[in-house]
Amino acid sequence: MGRPQLLEVRDINVFYGDLQVIWGVSFNVRQGEIVCLIGANGAGKSTILKTISGLLRPTPGEIVFEDERIDQLRPYKLIELGIVHVPEGRRLFTEMTVEENLDMGSLKGESRQRREQSKDMVFELFPRLRERRRQIAGTLSGGEQQMLAIGRGLMARPRLMMFDEPSLGLAPILVKEIFNVINRIRDEGTTVLIVEQNVKQTLSISDRAYVLENGRIVLEGTGQEMLGNAHVKTAYLGV
Amino acid sequence: MDAVAIEVFLQTLISGLLLGGLYALIGIGMTLIMGVMKIINLAHGELMMVAMYMAYWLFVLFHIDPYISVFIVAPVMFFFGMAIQRFLINPVLRVESILPENQVILTVGIGMVLANLATLFFTSDYRSTPVKYASDAWYLSDYWRDSPIELSLSVPWTVSFTISVVITVALWFFLTKTDTGKSIRATAQDLEAAMLMGVNVERMRLVTFGLGAALVGAAGCLFIPIYYLYPALGGRFTLIAFVITILGGLGSTVGAIIGGLILGVFESMTATYVGMGWAPVGRFLIFIAALIFLPGGVASLLRSRRLGK
Repeated sequence: MGRPQLLEVRDINVFYGDLQVIWGVSFNVRQGEIVCLIGANGAGKSTILKTISGLLRPTPGEIVFEDERIDQLRPYKLIELGIVHVPEGRRLFTEMTVEENLDMGSLKGESRQRREQSKDMVFELFPRLRERRRQIAGTLSGGEQQMLAIGRGLMARPRLMMFDEPSLGLAPILVKEIFNVINRIRDEGTTVLIVEQNVKQTLSISDRAYVLENGRIVLEGTGQEMLGNAHVKTAYLGV
Repeated sequence: MDAVAIEVFLQTLISGLLLGGLYALIGIGMTLIMGVMKIINLAHGELMMVAMYMAYWLFVLFHIDPYISVFIVAPVMFFFGMAIQRFLINPVLRVESILPENQVILTVGIGMVLANLATLFFTSDYRSTPVKYASDAWYLSDYWRDSPIELSLSVPWTVSFTISVVITVALWFFLTKTDTGKSIRATAQDLEAAMLMGVNVERMRLVTFGLGAALVGAAGCLFIPIYYLYPALGGRFTLIAFVITILGGLGSTVGAIIGGLILGVFESMTATYVGMGWAPVGRFLIFIAALIFLPGGVASLLRSRRLGK
């Protein structure tokens, strides 16, 4: 538990127009952890990730990455700092090839120089992508698309990788594979923040978890604690 | 069909393709802007008119051949396009309450201002650029003495077409092989995902509008040796670009090329077989037919074939 802090979200409030959707949310992620935010549809999980990656602004609130305030930075600055967001629904460039999608993940700085090397690493992780490197991304299956979305994120050589619903719409066997990959990514040194509705599987790989309800954090603890928590059990695990 | 009929048909087809190549260049510029900005640039033809006046004056004052001017005018138009985006469209983009429709209306306004400024400075006279090779042509019989039919290739049309092909190929390399080019395509396909990948979307908007203006500017220079020039010509070419974009499928570069060629050939055929004055009517027929029978344009056909395999 003595790991240094990587990301700290301090008391953020986020609005869509006049509608407040996030209310004073605070949490942190330490280096090398897998931390998850769980909650029902509409609880504000994706909104929090979008705020961290600069698509939305907290008003007010602070987000600190290492020792730097990042809540006013443009998205393209954040990727240079090593923050990568794998968005909900993959959001691939569907009319570009697999390889071009990977190129798009490594536009900046050092990741640009290591592009070919990173590609080999991604292809090693997902051999199926190597076979389909010249295929148009829109023609891939759902599982392959999710692999490509993760691979595209890895191309940036992230220090913090944020996943928004990586298991959405995938067959159970693929869900398992994706969670294995996320575990592997962490083991190789990338910190992970994950947002999921697939609560059971997510908690079982998470070091710590936060439960989000109606834009507020209502519970926090280790993954194991949460799996045993009475409220989590009735509200999310259906037992 | 006798020899004469075949000759007329082939000659019409050739003129149509040559015209279509130039149309494609105009259409690609508009479709690029459409893809990234999600708006139709209704000042597109006026930008071409501005470029044509540049090429005209470069020729009259400095005796610079229009084909050389391409390399001067296109870069100037690139910066002119970026300036329009930066100082006129971007401020409107930032006001959230304004609908995208209003940006389109803004481009209409820009077009009007450009057309009227041109009238003010250059009067509404028709001008043509008296290049020496204006009516030169290559004849098939010069190269193949016993040819059963006679075909001719106009020198300026052919040179213009060739340059437009070269520019299109160069653009293709730019869009598929460079990071900036890929970023432009990515921005057009999914704005938010492009932002998450670290694309500076505002810069891409500037580059894209600049590129669109440069392409239509190049087309203007290529039209100069074969076309007359007057300030109101822009509206006509905006319309042509619009038809090509719809025909090709909004935002599709390949679609714009095919759309341009189809329109060129169709207009040329209408002019030969129906009558000169009917060419614009043909343009609208094909426009309406595309909207009714092929709403996604040529691009939707290409896409379904690719996804189907």
